[in-house]
Amino acid sequence: MLAKRIIPCLDIKDGQTVKGIQFEQLRFAGDPVVLAELYAKQGADELVLLDITATVEARNTFADLILRTAKVLDIPFTVGGGIDSIAAVEALLRAGADKVSINSAALKRPELIDELAQAFGNQCIVVAIDANIGSDGDWYAYLNGGRIATDRKVINWAIEAAERGAGEILLTSMAQDGTKDGFALELTRAVSEAITIPLIASGGAGTMHHFADVFVQGGADAALAASVFHFGEISIPALKQYLTEQGIPVRQDQ
Amino acid sequence: MKEVVIVKYNAGNVQSVQYALDRLGVRAVWSDDPATIRGADRVIFPGVGAAKPAMQYLKAAGLDAVICGLKQPVLGICLGLQLFCTHSEEGDTDCMGIVPNSVRKFVPRGGQKVPHMGWNTLQTMSGPLFEGVKRGAHFYFVHSYYATEGASTVGSTDYLLPFSAALAWDNFCAVQFHPEKSGAAGQRVLQNFLFD
Repeated sequence: MLAKRIIPCLDIKDGQTVKGIQFEQLRFAGDPVVLAELYAKQGADELVLLDITATVEARNTFADLILRTAKVLDIPFTVGGGIDSIAAVEALLRAGADKVSINSAALKRPELIDELAQAFGNQCIVVAIDANIGSDGDWYAYLNGGRIATDRKVINWAIEAAERGAGEILLTSMAQDGTKDGFALELTRAVSEAITIPLIASGGAGTMHHFADVFVQGGADAALAASVFHFGEISIPALKQYLTEQGIPVRQDQ
Repeated sequence: MKEVVIVKYNAGNVQSVQYALDRLGVRAVWSDDPATIRGADRVIFPGVGAAKPAMQYLKAAGLDAVICGLKQPVLGICLGLQLFCTHSEEGDTDCMGIVPNSVRKFVPRGGQKVPHMGWNTLQTMSGPLFEGVKRGAHFYFVHSYYATEGASTVGSTDYLLPFSAALAWDNFCAVQFHPEKSGAAGQRVLQNFLFD
């Protein structure tokens, strides 16, 4: 049976892992390549490496980091952060990334999804959506790490991204991110049911129970988290054991 | 040390295959030169992308005939497996016909998404490729098209319906999953192919 995936996310600034609390204050959590290898050994099913730096020098550091990660990692990994062109994607895939995640650039110019899917195949294009609740109480997609609202409703945007050729949707609830209060279950369920491509849920993981909830109630195909893993609050082997006991199919080959 | 050649063509991110071989201490050559490919002890035919442009490229370069004529062990990966089949529904493409299976499109149903993406087990697995692989081991899959089951099927997975996760036919074998991205189980499959 297809396993539900557990995906640690490494937010990387200037070559080091950090984790944003509500995407604002940043905390240090170690060397990315060491962490990546450690997570793979512990049974992480995939990794996401997110570049949260903006300068050109830092981008070069990041590309080098992807290369070093690809050499040691025997599980798939996705790379994201500021990707806005075919050339950028090509460079990251050539360095050894398996998938790329695009976010703001796709919101600004949705045709980018079509172009990337055409050039590299939809299996390696992840469209990330930062979702938050607008003044009318509905969920909207946000730009630039969740700082700028758009008029696109999350569900409509997810459907459009899938139609344009996304292979997967990475849905982050900004309202939950960093709170450790649990994933946005209703939103996750609604988006998962509206699309026929896999959905990765993100934002709010605090306990092992939250992961079970997002798979069973949220209908997610994968769950992504950062700080609960980085700071050892939840270990991946313990999480997988817990999910198995809950009757949720996970990979426990280690 | 055996000479391993990875076939160079327009489909695919072969980097991860190369890195996986590096981790096994195997230096592979990435080549589209017919003599180099024919002279290898092992040939790996990876592939990520669409069937039609891949077959068009292989035909134009004459590489389809080179691959069909190989006598040494050959391993197809992902799209590589599908191109070994007779025909693919992806772009209505005639493939190499090394194995008698055909390739069809998954239709999503009942909350089962397409692409089939992530870690799945094999319901059946047999033959040298899976020697030492534990039953219930997971492999990493990413695909929207699948090869039908048939006499050449040596591994099958059930997702939406049973399909060929691994094929073997004479000196050719192929896997739908990515052994280079499938942790220890995938590494074992690669080892079985490289050092039998």
